[in-house]
Amino acid sequence: MKLPFKGAIDCDVHLAMPPVKTLLPFMSDYWQDQIVTRFIDRSSFALMSYPTHSPLSGRPDWRAQSGGAMPGATLEQLRSQLLDPFGHELAICHALHGSIALYNEDMGAEFCSAVNRWVAQEWLDHEPRLRASILVHAQNPTLAVAEIERCAGDSRFVAVLLPVMGDSPLGRRIYWPIFEAAQKHGLSICVHAGSTFRNPPTGTGWTSYQSEDYIGQSVAFQNLIISLLAEGVFQKYPDLTFVCLESGFTWMPTLLWRSAKAWRGVRAEVPWIDRSPAGIVRERIKLSLRPFDAPEDPAIINRIFEQINCEDMLVFSTDYPHWQFEGDNALPDGVPRELIRKILVDNPLASFPRLQTNSHVRAHVTQEAAS
Amino acid sequence: MAKKYVAGATSDIAEGGSKLVTLAGRDIGIYNVAGSFYAFADRCPHAGGSLCEGFITGIAVSGGPNDYRLERKGEFLRCPWHGWEFDIRTGQSWCDPNSMRARKFSVKVEAGADLAKGPYVAETFEVKVEGEYLVIEL
Repeated sequence: MKLPFKGAIDCDVHLAMPPVKTLLPFMSDYWQDQIVTRFIDRSSFALMSYPTHSPLSGRPDWRAQSGGAMPGATLEQLRSQLLDPFGHELAICHALHGSIALYNEDMGAEFCSAVNRWVAQEWLDHEPRLRASILVHAQNPTLAVAEIERCAGDSRFVAVLLPVMGDSPLGRRIYWPIFEAAQKHGLSICVHAGSTFRNPPTGTGWTSYQSEDYIGQSVAFQNLIISLLAEGVFQKYPDLTFVCLESGFTWMPTLLWRSAKAWRGVRAEVPWIDRSPAGIVRERIKLSLRPFDAPEDPAIINRIFEQINCEDMLVFSTDYPHWQFEGDNALPDGVPRELIRKILVDNPLASFPRLQTNSHVRAHVTQEAAS
Repeated sequence: MAKKYVAGATSDIAEGGSKLVTLAGRDIGIYNVAGSFYAFADRCPHAGGSLCEGFITGIAVSGGPNDYRLERKGEFLRCPWHGWEFDIRTGQSWCDPNSMRARKFSVKVEAGADLAKGPYVAETFEVKVEGEYLVIEL
């Protein structure tokens, strides 16, 4: 279905990654020299989880309008294909740059910093409806924190971006400095589908096909939530919100049931979990609307929503330019009417503290929604 | 009309110990926590495991990750089947105290001299005047 009013906050929008030469001016002389003289600039730095030519990576009509190139490469495209026709109040854009998978953590951190500078200068400076996440190279949390600190003064950065499959489960203490810095600055943690392929993308080993990797992302998100719970991240960082992007969410009921059941039996192993995990997850995890993995039948959708009890958990996402829906039907048919405003506006505001502090946004959105 | 059953002598159960008895066909576990006696149906309310076969232990609590404390040692039962924890003083489960609890029976300590006046049921042993006994009414 179409969006019933203007003023939505889109929590998952992708910028097409630029060629390395575009990023060079944002790097130090040393790294510019290294990257050019070692021919590293010839790499596309496309993350293997999102092959450029995969149909999923760019919706065909948007791709056609871009002359076959990846959509989301220019501000004009982003405006004409997304921001203007859908009437977005805000769009939080994410730069899934392949450098997060580099083993050289200094080079990785330099790339991430260059990407963030490029996002600020080439996108945020020119379009007031855009917000962004901070790309970090999580293999070295010290360097990641330095980048968060560098960007934190810019209120247009509203989150820190991490891939759901990195070196280790994200709840582990090695990553806590990242969470500490994010919480301190009112940044949320956006965990996006994708792997740095440090590990096989499944718990049982390496896959043969890209489709296996993509479908398996939802399992990785379940692993993420289990890890954050077990490691006590929710207790350690009580003000930090985790937003799962491109995660799907219809798998959530069985995860909640199983977590609650297991907790009753093996609670003593993780005694900081002092109440049923289902309640903790509902309060601390947000889930993006796309992809929507269910039949668009209101009866079925209502049942799933009741089982998850997710009225405060879902945040609007188009996943632009990924191919998740057709035409202007940004909302799945069958989403309960009474939840639409929450999904489009209230929940995104609640998920990103830095959006709440902008009272102009709230007032304007309210006005739009009422009209 | 409730009947008085003598479940055993107080000296049968050391502090921190337990004893499984069958009274009127019911399996009942009796526990001695620091000199006080508690009795529960020996059937976990979750799935029916024998609570008497589980560990008597404390409760693990924490103020956050990397903070582990065992408190109230000897006051909790852990079901051997699925690990559910029960407060021996109340029968309440730790995780779901309001709706999941072990069935509790009140245990009284009575002197053999008083019991001898009757009536009572002692199915497996003789009550002596000089002893102290655990009495459960069913």
